[in-house]
Amino acid sequence: MSKMNKLYFKTKSHIVKRDDITWWKAWIIRVIAVLLAMVVCGIVTVFLTDLNPIEMYITMAEGALGTTRLVWNLIQNTAILLCVSLAVTPAFKMKFWNIGAEGQVLIGGLATAACMIFLGEKLPTPLLMLVMVITSVVSGALWALVPAFFKTRFNSNETLFTLMMNYVAIQIVAYYTLEWSMPKGSGTPRTLEYGQLPVLFGQKYLINILIVLVLTIVAYIYLKYSKQGYEISVVGESENTARYIGINVKKVVLRTMAISGAVCGIAGFLLVAGTDHSLKSDTAGGRGFTAIMVSWLAKFNPIFMILTSLLIVFLQKGASKISEVYRLNSSFSDIITGIIIFFIIGSEFFINYKIKFNKKEENK
Amino acid sequence: MENVMEQKIALELRNITKTFGSVVANKNVSLKVRKGEILSILGENGSGKTTLMNMVAGIYFPDSGQIFADGQEVEIASPKDAFRYKIGMIHQHFKLVDVFTAAENIVLGLKDEKRFDMPGYIEKIKAITEQYGFELDPNKKIYEMSVSEKQTVEIIKALFRGADILILDEPTAVLTPQETVKLFRVLRNMKESGKAIIIITHKLHEVLSLSDNVAVLRKGEYIGTVKTAETNESELTEMMVGKKISLNIERSEVENRTERLIVDKIDCNSRDGVKLLDDVSFTAYSGEILGIAGIAGSGQRELLEAIAGLQNLDDGSIIYNNPKTGTKENLRDKTPLEIRQMGVRLAFVPEDRLGMGLVGNMDIVDNMMLRSYKKGKSVFLQRKQPKSLAEEIIEKLEVVTPSASTPVRRLSGGNVQKILVGREIASAPTVLMAAYPVRGLDINSSYTIYNLLNEQKKKGVAVIFVGEDLDVLIELCDRIMVIGSGKIAGFVDARNTTKEEIGIMMTKSEPHNSEV
Repeated sequence: MSKMNKLYFKTKSHIVKRDDITWWKAWIIRVIAVLLAMVVCGIVTVFLTDLNPIEMYITMAEGALGTTRLVWNLIQNTAILLCVSLAVTPAFKMKFWNIGAEGQVLIGGLATAACMIFLGEKLPTPLLMLVMVITSVVSGALWALVPAFFKTRFNSNETLFTLMMNYVAIQIVAYYTLEWSMPKGSGTPRTLEYGQLPVLFGQKYLINILIVLVLTIVAYIYLKYSKQGYEISVVGESENTARYIGINVKKVVLRTMAISGAVCGIAGFLLVAGTDHSLKSDTAGGRGFTAIMVSWLAKFNPIFMILTSLLIVFLQKGASKISEVYRLNSSFSDIITGIIIFFIIGSEFFINYKIKFNKKEENK
Repeated sequence: MENVMEQKIALELRNITKTFGSVVANKNVSLKVRKGEILSILGENGSGKTTLMNMVAGIYFPDSGQIFADGQEVEIASPKDAFRYKIGMIHQHFKLVDVFTAAENIVLGLKDEKRFDMPGYIEKIKAITEQYGFELDPNKKIYEMSVSEKQTVEIIKALFRGADILILDEPTAVLTPQETVKLFRVLRNMKESGKAIIIITHKLHEVLSLSDNVAVLRKGEYIGTVKTAETNESELTEMMVGKKISLNIERSEVENRTERLIVDKIDCNSRDGVKLLDDVSFTAYSGEILGIAGIAGSGQRELLEAIAGLQNLDDGSIIYNNPKTGTKENLRDKTPLEIRQMGVRLAFVPEDRLGMGLVGNMDIVDNMMLRSYKKGKSVFLQRKQPKSLAEEIIEKLEVVTPSASTPVRRLSGGNVQKILVGREIASAPTVLMAAYPVRGLDINSSYTIYNLLNEQKKKGVAVIFVGEDLDVLIELCDRIMVIGSGKIAGFVDARNTTKEEIGIMMTKSEPHNSEV
């Protein structure tokens, strides 16, 4: 009979979901994660390059914050990334995996550039601005509505669909970049003279930053205090509950994706009219994907996203600086950024779960 | 019968006990099944039938007790072990790869073969299908198959691996009557060729028409085994439901009885053409609690969802008599929003509390808003009223929670249910539907819910109560409608009925329609 009492626990530990965690404990875990990440990065640095890791971190900080120009640059990049992150957030909150922000931004930028090229000389500046904003918002929204339509109509997979739409958008923009290049066909993107966003207080990027700041507050209020924001949460949490209380799920999906695409369109508008004054197929610069991380890290809270987008841009800028100073190729900075983000995302696991060690059970 | 007795015992369980935490799923269960015999395991929902068989199939491991296969004491720690002792189980939810063919699924995971010989396998599969009278095309893909064909694949999969003891968990639950007949024919053929077959079921007529012996479980305990030839429906029912227990639930007399909701001949089919609701007609009266009794999955869910606007129907009508305006509205195929806009005050406490009635990750206040957030023209949410409603419900129903801003998923089952019922009642309904509202609740919370339902009844609400505990149904309700396989099996007056009467109606399929 002793055989029957044999226990089948073979693992030494198992994972338990935490009920709740106080906010300060959560932050301690996050800080520990960042410190650990820096230690690991230091080890990797010494191992691969024989550099002094502390010097490297100083160089990194200098690369992101060294001069006033760099600081403005950092904030401007943060603002654009934040804008795209705000765009994907409603969709993700609804559990609609919009991986297509990259394409939606590009299409918004394409619409802006088209207005600047074809209407630039014809319309007075304020009217031109208005037309640019409207076309970029509408085209971004329409681009995002395509996968949403197929999802609601045929239950197609939105992840693949939005992802594929990126490649279509990139190629369309690549085509027009060549078409519009100066001289034509040379591939050098044309500098768009008309319809550039105004320079406020002598700061080129200030208007971008202000627009995104306003958007952040609007997004926060929309998600937390509006009826539509509430519907997004309900649909995301449980489609069954949404049906039960009479929410038209399809309508909410379409509307939310249109909003998501529209905000991406604004990001495209800011990039083309406010920052680059030109259009290239890499104008979006991978922000459509990075934004997903920013949004998740901030748990879909627009205010927290200011912090997470700042962190990520800081890492990117700092890391590219070390590549430059120490004449390493850019892969090294990617390694450092990757390690740090890995630790930060990993820390969320320890915030949600704890590890319990099983006591040793003796087999008879 | 004689030769059955002589035959060797294929599988024997002795004193099997299994607990999950503090819940005892099986307590000292002993069973025997012989070669060439069909044994039914009969019991209500949650009586531990599936748990018991999962231990034989290697899914769970018993806390104590012994299992003998072919006369040898065995230890079954995994499904692989089960196959070694020639035991095959066909689960309720099939485990097949959709994009593979039947034959590919059947041979999937075979290791001992030297060469992968598909034509040879197909020959072997064809031999099995011919021997027992299955109908199956080995080259058909799973996603092209009906539920019944998928079940056939599962059975052949077990036979292909040499199973001599076959366990089928509720095999007829997903089948049409014609398919059930076919399945039974096949099972009888297998029995003839000496296989031992165990079917888990709660359908009495199937037990009586198919099996040689019946083992009955009730609330995890083994009640006994009887020979099918020497028993009848009422004996089996009594073994299954047990003696009446008095609960002392208060029940007031029905007052101001008027027709509130008239459900007329509604039909509803699943995608596979199985009838979920078949010609269901009844009337719910104001000031009355109408109980719905039946084995789980007999169409209760579809019925309530059809009324609530979540399930489209193939036929029939659902007429609502508006007490304020006196108008009659047909609720069939309307959405929940349309129903509300028609001025129908319908409250619905669904079976799936956190998956449908509430949002687990939202706090109590936001859950209160689910019903009312649309009110008013503002684009912004009004949290003031929901907040005071939340606080009122917490106080009145004694909900144990740190605060009104605690996510409901962190509350205990009873408190979750109080929040849900409290919210539904707050809308001053004229019809209140509650599906299994006391499932998983402790005694005190259960009585709170009974009292709330009684209060609504006194206010003149038409209450529809879907329950599983017959003692509760008999003491709480005024009338009980019994439903079986999507059909109405009959109506009884709850004040003059017995558990046996309802039990027999629940498990029998012939309908006798006469409303009390």
